[in-house]
Amino acid sequence: MPHEREQWATRAGFILAAIGSAIGLGNIWRFPYVAYEHGGGAFLLPYLIALLTAGIPLLILEYTIGRRSRRSPPYAYRALARPAETIGWWQVAICFVIATYYAVIIAWAVRYTGFSFGQDWQPDPEAFLIQDFLQRADEPGMVSSYVAGVAWPLIAVWAVTLGVLALGIRRGIERANKIFIPLLALLFGILVVQALTLEGASLGLDAFFTPDWDAITRGSVWVAAYGQIFFSLSVGFGIMITYASYLGRRADLTGSAMVAGFANSSFEILAGIGVFAALGFMATAAGVGVGDVLGEGGIGLAFIAFPQIISSMPAAGSLFGVLFFGALVIAGVSSLISIVQVVISAVQDRTGWPRVPSVLVVGGAIALASILLFPTTEGLYILDAADHFVNQYGIAMAALVAVIVIAWVLRRLPTLRDHANETSAVRLDRWWLITLGLITPLVLGWMMVDSVREELAARYEGYPLGFLLIAGWGVAAGVLVVGVVLAALPSRRVERLTSVVESEGRR
Amino acid sequence: MSGEAIVMLVVSVLVVWGGLITGIVVLRRHPDEPDDGVQRRGHLDEDTDVADQ
Repeated sequence: MPHEREQWATRAGFILAAIGSAIGLGNIWRFPYVAYEHGGGAFLLPYLIALLTAGIPLLILEYTIGRRSRRSPPYAYRALARPAETIGWWQVAICFVIATYYAVIIAWAVRYTGFSFGQDWQPDPEAFLIQDFLQRADEPGMVSSYVAGVAWPLIAVWAVTLGVLALGIRRGIERANKIFIPLLALLFGILVVQALTLEGASLGLDAFFTPDWDAITRGSVWVAAYGQIFFSLSVGFGIMITYASYLGRRADLTGSAMVAGFANSSFEILAGIGVFAALGFMATAAGVGVGDVLGEGGIGLAFIAFPQIISSMPAAGSLFGVLFFGALVIAGVSSLISIVQVVISAVQDRTGWPRVPSVLVVGGAIALASILLFPTTEGLYILDAADHFVNQYGIAMAALVAVIVIAWVLRRLPTLRDHANETSAVRLDRWWLITLGLITPLVLGWMMVDSVREELAARYEGYPLGFLLIAGWGVAAGVLVVGVVLAALPSRRVERLTSVVESEGRR
Repeated sequence: MSGEAIVMLVVSVLVVWGGLITGIVVLRRHPDEPDDGVQRRGHLDEDTDVADQ
């Protein structure tokens, strides 16, 4: 029997959930590193241009597709054209995979919040992370043994995430984000203030903001800026389509996208200030340059460099650790919820199951895969390979295909623009069509070519070919195959559902 | 901090936080209209089957 679609209680609730999804682990550990590596202050110019010419236009596109059909990504794309349903299922499969490993990093952050009190990582944070905590195997491979210290916080992360999802859009996701986002802002605000009081903080900020103007003449810097905006805003996963599908028919789309996009970048800049102030302190203490203590960003920055910083702080190091890792947990959980919701909403639309059984079956399956594969001695290798290949040949590739199909094959951008303009305060004009029809496909296409070239030049991280074929290329190809198969499987319920959506969508 | 770094810090903070505040102001001036012919369901459980109402 048909269920009326759930709906956000308030516009603020939707925007906070969208911000919670966009602000994730990458804002804290990826942005500062990418900005520093690509011209420091000068990077901010291409970054802001990328936000305005790709990030916010893509957000508006996804909001419009989702609100127009008020269905999950497969059926939202199907409302544009039946074969486009494949893109939606492809995104659903991508979300399934990402959720399995994203939860594990949150579980590490949970443990590190606890480790902060006794600074258990001393005297060697790198050895502590790799050997003592993760108990990483010497060679990449498939699962051989489990690590209890990672498994139990992972189970807890899944229990919280599925609990929030089971409560639904209003009582679960909306309420959780109304707590998470102000709490995240508070924790990070205190952390930034504390970081700025450290000796050497200005050295770090100098390194972060001093512009290298030659950098903006390099194409790679522009690709990095668009890549950062793209990965940071949670576009290309189907998340924003899913969240927007719970909006009312008269909800504003463009203004909400502006707020979510700028809020994400505001947090990112704040994270950059906090991280570089702390790195400046560490560099000053060690008598080296900021670049020498930055490393490669990512997991190393959060779980090796930051513990070192915390342990060398003259006072309140443990508080700094709790704030930092606590912020990682909150940013991570609010994003994980949105990733899993994509899969749940698609299964609900396909089967007609109510929310709780859907959460138990679908969320339970994702949690089980996550718990079986990742809290293991090989988990770090599998996570690293799957993350790299799903990002490059899953999210970015699906987004490239989606914009080409919508803009050039179906030529639906003018229809979608008109649909957004019907209810939005900021009206879209030809500029929106140019950003999505030309700029975004060109930059995403360039990113793809660049990435494939690197892949062919050297095996990712020097991992064995057999391992990469399974955990890397196999996963990226697998999500596409799953997408194609799910779109091809007939469903009488879906035929009925989409005939309504298609007729409504033509309005 | 160098003068250049301070200028970039101020400019980037002003642009993104300025954009955020502008977006919030624009939204506040344009409250969403209620859905046409669609019942507001704030008092109902989210998964209530329409056929059961």
